[in-house]
Amino acid sequence: MIKKIAALIIGLGLISTTALALTLNGAGATFPFPIYSKWISEYHKAAGTQVNYQSIGSGGGVRQFIAGTVDFGASDAPMTEEEMKRAGGEVLHIPTVMGAVAISYNLPGVVELKLDADTLADIFLGKIKKWNDGAIAELNPGVNLPGKNILVAHRSDGSGTTHIFSSYMAKISSAWASQVGAGKALSWPAGVGGKGNEGVTGVIRVNQGAIGYIELSYAMTNKLPVVALKNRAGKFVKPSIASTSAAAAGALKKMPKDFRADITNAGGSDSYPISGFTWLLVHKEQKDAVKGKALVDFLKWSLSDGQKYAEALLYSPLPENLQAKVMDTIKSISY
Amino acid sequence: MRKTGDAWFNLVTFLFALSIPLLLLLLVAILIGQALPAIKIFGAGFIISSSWDPVKETFGALPYIYGTLVSSLIALAIAVPLGLGAALYLAEVSRSRYKEYLAVMIELLAAIPSIIYGLWGIFVLGPLFGLSMLSGGVILAIMILPTISAISREVFRSVPNILKESALALGATRWETVKLAVFGPARSGILGAIILGLGRALGETMAVTMVIGNRPEISASIFAPAYTLASVIANEFAEASSDVYLSALVELGIILLLITMIVNGLARLLIWKTVGKSNIF
Repeated sequence: MIKKIAALIIGLGLISTTALALTLNGAGATFPFPIYSKWISEYHKAAGTQVNYQSIGSGGGVRQFIAGTVDFGASDAPMTEEEMKRAGGEVLHIPTVMGAVAISYNLPGVVELKLDADTLADIFLGKIKKWNDGAIAELNPGVNLPGKNILVAHRSDGSGTTHIFSSYMAKISSAWASQVGAGKALSWPAGVGGKGNEGVTGVIRVNQGAIGYIELSYAMTNKLPVVALKNRAGKFVKPSIASTSAAAAGALKKMPKDFRADITNAGGSDSYPISGFTWLLVHKEQKDAVKGKALVDFLKWSLSDGQKYAEALLYSPLPENLQAKVMDTIKSISY
Repeated sequence: MRKTGDAWFNLVTFLFALSIPLLLLLLVAILIGQALPAIKIFGAGFIISSSWDPVKETFGALPYIYGTLVSSLIALAIAVPLGLGAALYLAEVSRSRYKEYLAVMIELLAAIPSIIYGLWGIFVLGPLFGLSMLSGGVILAIMILPTISAISREVFRSVPNILKESALALGATRWETVKLAVFGPARSGILGAIILGLGRALGETMAVTMVIGNRPEISASIFAPAYTLASVIANEFAEASSDVYLSALVELGIILLLITMIVNGLARLLIWKTVGKSNIF
């Protein structure tokens, strides 16, 4: 009898340890959380592996990854050299999906609005203060622009969306680069801050004359008008899943081997200029063989079967030739 | 035997009592430890500098301190007269059978989660006053109103009837009775109610950040956007990746803690000074 109980206890112990070994823990960016949680539930059905993902923000994800409390991190901004050094060993950036940052506005009666890089920069720098400013009018002939004050809306919380937006602004405007710079949180020259994409969306929706940057999915679900931006090829392009994928394809030639690429202001006539990757952060040398294999399997699945879930959630899947390159990197993980 | 029992009881309760201040000390120690890098780099300049630039890593707390204090003062300016007036009506003036329902409804305000206030603020106060210091103050006023009115109502009620009856017997009018026999003895209780309200206003995060505009700037106009200590910590903590940035945020937390402690200390002094020994509460 005692033997039986002992065997049972040992058996239970084994089950729970194997179950534990197959639980992967990750933390980081909030922007890809909808697609990651979709992947996690689909992958659990397909492979039985349990993945926990906590969307605590990119900065938090990087910190937890460096501290070694999670099996993988996630970030909308690539890790810096110094951060990678502190994480120890070789760190791989695995791009998973892409997103676009839309410029939305609230001007009743104005359905189409075109802006170029300089005008956009001057608006967000607070230099252009009224909607009927000559610079805006020149780009929008025939549009009846009101003499309203412009209210710039930006994120008050640190965010990967801000990182992508400000990386673009710093590229196209030297005044922005020297005065404001690029980062997840900035010292804003103008406007008001809203908390989260929903906060900025709220500011735009209730204030006539407001303009702000939000993730494309928020502009679409709230049916807010979006600005057509002049890209490097000189064409005015609205943000969409297709124009974001085009930006990645345009940046492919110059893609660095570690995928820490900034694809804002990408070449190509159909590219939307403010788009970016989101990455999973993993160690190249996995210490735990069982977990390492589970992680690699999950990554492989995400980059292949997982990609088809992206568009329904308004993310852009990676272009196919990039998927192949990323797959090679995933295969280089040792465990 | 009995004596040892007493001694043990004494010791155990003493340890319990000690554990609470100890917890506070531990909290402060951890905060100071985390904030040390920022304290070393910026020194006293942190408190008087107005520049908050995470990209260039220069940090200053002044606009946040200003925003916290001014928004709370606006809240008090609105909520104190309203809250005390409501409490007075419910405790002293009204003879209506339905006043209990009114009281419950006021107290219900305290049960609403702050995010709901924030959402309401975006859609109602935003178009009215803009995303500004004033909107932040008004939202805070509504949030501390139930605290102030519920506590002062209890304070008014606990004033012994004999005091009021004596005043009336001496020929005092209704207002004189309230002034002499209710406000007088209840002074410290009223101050206590206001301080509790102020405490909530200083530390409130979510609702304020949604309507105040989140702009670290000191502006003379209350229609201009502002920013508070609690809000900036909540907003920027999750994505603060560099060590200096993180510790600057923790230092803001220490400043907030100090402000609430100073405010509470001052209020306590005020109570002792104004009320003295005649105080019945």
